Amino acid sequence: MASRLIHQRRLSDDTWRVAQTPAGLPADADALVSLADWLAHRDAWRARGGRLGVALEPADDPLALSDDLDCLALVTVNFPAFTDGRGYSTARLLRERVGYAGQLRAVGDVFKDQLFYLSRVGFDAFLLREGETADDALAALDTFSEAYQASVERPEPLFRRRLG
Amino acid sequence: MYFYDDIDQRIIDERVAQFRDQTNRYLAGRLSEEDFRPHRLQNGLYIQRHAPMLRVAIPYGVLSSRQLRMLAQVARTYDRGFGHFTTRQNMQFNWPKLEDVPQILADLATVQMHAIQTSGNCIRNTTTDHFAGVAGDELLDPRPYCELIRQWSTFHPEFAFLPRKFKIAVNGAVHDRAATRVHDIGIDLVRAADGALGYRILVGGGLGRTPLIGQVIREFLPERHLLTYLDAVLRVYNRFGRRDNKYKARIKILVKERGLAVFQAAVEEEWSHLMDGPATVVPEELARIRSRIAVHPYATLPATDAGVERMLQEDVAFRRWHQRNVFAHKVAGYACVTLSLKSTGVAPGDISADAMDAVAALADHHGFGELRVSHEQNLILPDVPVAELPTVFAAARALGLAHPNVGMITNIIACPGGDYCSLANARSIPVAQALQERFDDLDYQYDIGELDLNISGCMNACGHHHVGHIGILGVDKHGEEFYQVTIGGSQTAPAALGRVIGPSLKQDEVPDAVERMIDRYLGLRDSEVERFVDVVARVGIEPFKESVYGLKAHSSTPTV
Repeated sequence: MASRLIHQRRLSDDTWRVAQTPAGLPADADALVSLADWLAHRDAWRARGGRLGVALEPADDPLALSDDLDCLALVTVNFPAFTDGRGYSTARLLRERVGYAGQLRAVGDVFKDQLFYLSRVGFDAFLLREGETADDALAALDTFSEAYQASVERPEPLFRRRLG
Repeated sequence: MYFYDDIDQRIIDERVAQFRDQTNRYLAGRLSEEDFRPHRLQNGLYIQRHAPMLRVAIPYGVLSSRQLRMLAQVARTYDRGFGHFTTRQNMQFNWPKLEDVPQILADLATVQMHAIQTSGNCIRNTTTDHFAGVAGDELLDPRPYCELIRQWSTFHPEFAFLPRKFKIAVNGAVHDRAATRVHDIGIDLVRAADGALGYRILVGGGLGRTPLIGQVIREFLPERHLLTYLDAVLRVYNRFGRRDNKYKARIKILVKERGLAVFQAAVEEEWSHLMDGPATVVPEELARIRSRIAVHPYATLPATDAGVERMLQEDVAFRRWHQRNVFAHKVAGYACVTLSLKSTGVAPGDISADAMDAVAALADHHGFGELRVSHEQNLILPDVPVAELPTVFAAARALGLAHPNVGMITNIIACPGGDYCSLANARSIPVAQALQERFDDLDYQYDIGELDLNISGCMNACGHHHVGHIGILGVDKHGEEFYQVTIGGSQTAPAALGRVIGPSLKQDEVPDAVERMIDRYLGLRDSEVERFVDVVARVGIEPFKESVYGLKAHSSTPTV
């Protein structure tokens, strides 16, 4: 089956395993845990060797990860339905407030028509829902050649860039 | 209007291409109805009772004659030869074909028009005073600020999928003609004691199922902070607004449930991080926008004209029209003329393609080729030289657009209602027409004086019934159309929401009920200057209730 994961504009393989606790996980496995499981076993997670990722739901507070930048390689944000736009604010807060620079992945009801907005708020990875083709979706990252607002992708709003 | 530069143009051209792709995928079965729906709504496209309905944006109600001609062309080519102006200063077409919509948008883009965010759970078209920039009572021209908000809100990546729709209105005048108190965010342009420019920000107003008057969240916000502050309000709403129930999803419910103080604290905390960031407005941008908003070459004209003065003495029809439909301009020797789209027998806000072309010609000959759309669903010629008023009056009369009823009972605001809208519980247009016929006698109307009568076909309140001096709401009772009547609402400061007078009425009972309330008002008022709404405020709703339902109604509790 063709990969449906795009990372930094390229097709990518998903190496991450969902886990609840570090127990029984191979030492070098990439582990993806929910925010609740992360907070509950934070020290145990930090003590192991493999890469770590946290999976956020729409209602989760991204500021809860403020002290974990040193050890996180992935944050996923779930869109249970594409019309639930809370994850867009989550992404901006992670990038602009928390200062998270690792992979930020949109998962769930993710398809072509959201990719432009998602990339502007700081997502650099997209796990497309089933039935979507990556080539078609990739083209959508360039739907618009300009945008008015300040965003993660272009921190200066158009009106400041117009000055130059 | 604001004239696009190359970048503004490119953005709407790219939008047309995007929507063409989405429509093609939908028609080819590659995009489901469920997934297409939010995307077509963000392009103003509804699926309605008869056909798709396309809502075209008229940003803050300013329109050029060239754009109006394009709307006429669209009405002729893709619709049935007419269009409908809405209460949010937009235009709706009720009969386009879905397959034609990408081409309609491409045609509109050639005159810098679009349908972006005219529907859907996003930031909608910002509205303002229909006399913006020309009103005599204006403190500051709101148009540059509206344009700033238009650009900020267009494809804002963080706020494209809000819990619910979001409407912003801006007022820069002494008299609020933008209904800012009933918007998600209302903005008053103000000056601080030291002369600094800024804004008073209100939040949480709105009509619909739970009508509420907006509350002041910030008494003074300095000019440069507009966009960062809006970002903060929208972010708090996007994250915490209710998404479990669409009837509780507007920001007004969040503000009401948390309380203003708690909501305000959350906004201030968010703003403390955004304040002075990159989205802080620079003076160069406001100057750039001002330079792209046409400043008209007004001539030095005498304030009055002997011919006009004579006609005012001799011609009662002209005098009435002048009294109701002509508004003072800030430049001496000019006037603003309202062309009434509320003639008896015509659905409020409807206009034919031929009339659109004729009005465009009037704007070219008696002004600077610019027009305004009012939220009262009329068209305005904003820059008519006073000496040309008799000519404009004659031309408007020939077009059937000189009905002298602005601010009067037959200047009815009404949504399209059950005749067109699939959300409606009841029809609005037949009720509006029956009332216009009942009060067609101009002497009677002038005796009644200023009265706003607003009709909505359902609780979504597109006809703003809550803020009508008399409001009429279509309701469905066991599959039948009924109408609930409220009185005492007001859209201008102090804004007020109307109160229900009693059990809802059948359609044919509505004109009688309104007439009985008017008769009671005429008996109760202490002079001709006391308006219907003033009398309701003074004596309460009981006498009016009694006039409609008789004395027995006193004990019954209205139920709908």
